[in-house]
Amino acid sequence: MSTPGAATGERRRDARDGTPSNDLAMEAYFLALATSLDGALARGERYSASFDGEDTDFVRLNQGKVRQPGSVSQRYLTLRLVQGGRHAQHRQSLTGGLKPDIASALAALSSLRVALTDAHEDPHLYLPETVTSSSTHRGGDLPAAADVVDRIIDAAHGSDLVGLYAAGPVFRGFADSSGQRNWHAATTFNLQWSLYHRADKAVKADYAGFAWNDAAFATKMDEARERLALVAQPARALAPGKYRVYLAASAVDEIAGLLGWGAFSGRALATQQSPLSRMEKGERLDPRVSMREDTANGVAPSFQAEGFARPPTITLVEGGALVGSLVSPRTAREFGLDANGANCNEMPESFAMDAGDLAAADAITALDDGLLIGNLHYLNYSDRNACRMTGMTRFATFRVQHGRIVAPADVLRFDDSIYRLFGANLEALTTERELLLSSETYGARQMSSARLPGALLREMQFTL
Amino acid sequence: MPLDSALPAVDIDCDFWSLRFVEEASDSYIVRKDVALPFATAVDKGVMASVYAGGGYGYAATGDTSPEGVRRVLARAREWARVTARHAIADSRQLPRPAPQGAYASPATDIATLSRRDWFDLLLAESRSVGSDPRIVDWEASVDVVHTTQRLVTSGGGDVVQRYRFLMPSVSVTAHADGDTIVRTLNGYRGICQQGGEEILARFGFVGSARRIAEEALELLAAPACPSGVMDVLLAPDQMVLQIHESIGHPLELDRILGDERNFAGTSFVTADMFGDYRYGSDLLNITFDPTRGEELASYAFDDDGTRAEKMHLIRNGILERPLGGAISQQRAGLAGVANARACSWNRPPIDRMANLNLEPGTSTFDAMVASIESGIYMQTNCSWSIDDSRNKFQFGCERGRVIRDGKLAEVVKRPNYRGISASFWRSLAHVGDASTLEVLGTPYCGKGEPSQVIRVGHASPPCVFTGVDVFGGEA
Repeated sequence: MSTPGAATGERRRDARDGTPSNDLAMEAYFLALATSLDGALARGERYSASFDGEDTDFVRLNQGKVRQPGSVSQRYLTLRLVQGGRHAQHRQSLTGGLKPDIASALAALSSLRVALTDAHEDPHLYLPETVTSSSTHRGGDLPAAADVVDRIIDAAHGSDLVGLYAAGPVFRGFADSSGQRNWHAATTFNLQWSLYHRADKAVKADYAGFAWNDAAFATKMDEARERLALVAQPARALAPGKYRVYLAASAVDEIAGLLGWGAFSGRALATQQSPLSRMEKGERLDPRVSMREDTANGVAPSFQAEGFARPPTITLVEGGALVGSLVSPRTAREFGLDANGANCNEMPESFAMDAGDLAAADAITALDDGLLIGNLHYLNYSDRNACRMTGMTRFATFRVQHGRIVAPADVLRFDDSIYRLFGANLEALTTERELLLSSETYGARQMSSARLPGALLREMQFTL
Repeated sequence: MPLDSALPAVDIDCDFWSLRFVEEASDSYIVRKDVALPFATAVDKGVMASVYAGGGYGYAATGDTSPEGVRRVLARAREWARVTARHAIADSRQLPRPAPQGAYASPATDIATLSRRDWFDLLLAESRSVGSDPRIVDWEASVDVVHTTQRLVTSGGGDVVQRYRFLMPSVSVTAHADGDTIVRTLNGYRGICQQGGEEILARFGFVGSARRIAEEALELLAAPACPSGVMDVLLAPDQMVLQIHESIGHPLELDRILGDERNFAGTSFVTADMFGDYRYGSDLLNITFDPTRGEELASYAFDDDGTRAEKMHLIRNGILERPLGGAISQQRAGLAGVANARACSWNRPPIDRMANLNLEPGTSTFDAMVASIESGIYMQTNCSWSIDDSRNKFQFGCERGRVIRDGKLAEVVKRPNYRGISASFWRSLAHVGDASTLEVLGTPYCGKGEPSQVIRVGHASPPCVFTGVDVFGGEA
């Protein structure tokens, strides 16, 4: 995975110089929408408006060829109308044209006014109490997607390459009747691809950032080819049991992703539904494990959908102990907690784990005899209460003996608890961390990321 | 939006074009711990143009459905077709050019459902019925009501309008004591999801369900862990839907078999040469693609490529017959398939999806199936799912179990899990419930694709018995 810093042209811009004109035009369009809502409020009404949009080129690839190329232009406005303790919200797709979209927004305001006549008082309503405006533009011009596709296919040299190239600007905005205005735009690309040897034997690679660089891409492709040569060796079917394991950062990311599903949620912790609830009663991870929501070093906006600002860093686990959580405004009101910029799902968006002291270059030597796992797949909780999770190995997973890769391994199912994996069985974390930019495209391109080390484990339990 | 009106004139130099308009209006009602969450509604509308030109294919989508917006996406789609034609995986000149004519509407789609106030009153009543046991720490009753209209117009004169109403009620109760937490739901999170209206509530006994679910949560809290060992299992329909979905539905998707999904959702242990003679399961296994069952979540008359949808057997008497592949995948693979090219909305292109994938009923009564088991577990309601990227090695967990001992249902057990391998698991299918035991369920959350899509799928199944299954419980 490339880091944005490795790509030329990446910088956070709070000034306007050099910002692509379409970003500025989109921000101006959103501000104009907000102004129209300001002028349409009746006495005693408040509103907040959250905007998300993108102009994305998607090119799907298979067998080193183009399967589905296309473009998607989408804008959505989520409008909330508040009267006293009652509120309701409406999400509306927009055309991108200011005149029709102002008309849609004003019509939505009217329909919300009607809906509020049926609404109940909400004891957990919580609106921002301060005005914190911001404007952030990141990234710049990308090469035409069709040109990038030519380069990808040329680089594939007839290999069985499968994947997705997604590129273009992504926008997030917030406005409310208190005058708060937030804008966050990032123009990025994300190429996720696999090179296949046969059946399920493949290597996964990615190249993402703010500016395409042919040399950087060539390096990524060369590295993938080198690993593919290892995958092409005769595979070894391993019996279930316990193995020493080195989890690459992308495999750790799968575990982090599952933990993100409720483990750090303020509401889940308050209602004993978090997989880490036992940590509130003293259960601990290894003292070297620290986890944070690190907005300052991620790519997600510094504001959430209801207008609350996000602190630069929230410490979730420190020295192996659970010390924090992600608290949405609603949870804050319901359980008497302090809101800290979480969205309503209370999931990390800029997750980070602290580094350790094992050089990544020494990981295979330190593993000595076990499994090198490049990727995990399809994780879920086998016992949520005990934070016991199951999932599969995937892509480049290798049998290592005497500190050397000896064969690719057939897929294995693990079933183990976080208290063992990142507790008693954690041997080391790497000094290097990778910034993994989310490639998720459900509904929209996501702006989340994770900064993670690799993890050497004394033991991981495999069951199938 | 031209859902029921004339389209703007289309003047574009290409072999084929289509326009797929989608408008979806959603109302969401949630009551959590006796507090009504704010009413949330959404309207999402837009259009996707698809174009074949010079052997290439391209698409473009926008929320701007004005004549200018439509012309822009057609031009953009044509440009994609032109510039990528030399790299195209399939020559679009060889692809079908559908010109479908017809319409579809969900059952009772024009009969109004409850008012906003009545929905909240109904959900508040359910919520309040949960009771005041201090061990119950969280609970929620909700319903989503979604109206969707799609219109597909093609250059050859095709014009199809399909109108849907989806109703998705849900109940969840969380109980906690002595460091243990149990979540019990009504048929899983949004496991009840059908087309139609209020009759769906009655069909699943929604009114009064929250109290029953709460009692079951408390019962599970006090229950012992599910025993471990190799034994027979009787899977309830709200677990069978997951079993069918993950270990039959996904591996039979033709785009997975063709490799499109290998970078994301995965590949399949099923290969193209298996169709026609591969034994997927025991003789009792009959799997159909059935878009004709009106109340089921993914019934329709035409798929999103314009292919007329018909009921087809995918597996008959245990033998694999045909894949889940739409017209384009069929052309690429040289295999007959079904009408399952589907998109989740206007902003994603159609790909091979499950729709309604059903396990046809057998001849066993529920009591006879229980009586057939000397030692085993009856498992209800999926809560955990994981399977490898070839859709073979799986591990699934359920909310509730009951020991079956000497042919009789015995004590309740918590956290029943089981694992197996798709390629052999279905061959251990020993009994299939009769028509009286069939339940029509589904999920609105099936994810796959690059770019990714979450789509609604229906699954109807009776309870089934499998022999010699690796069963285990939760952490000590």
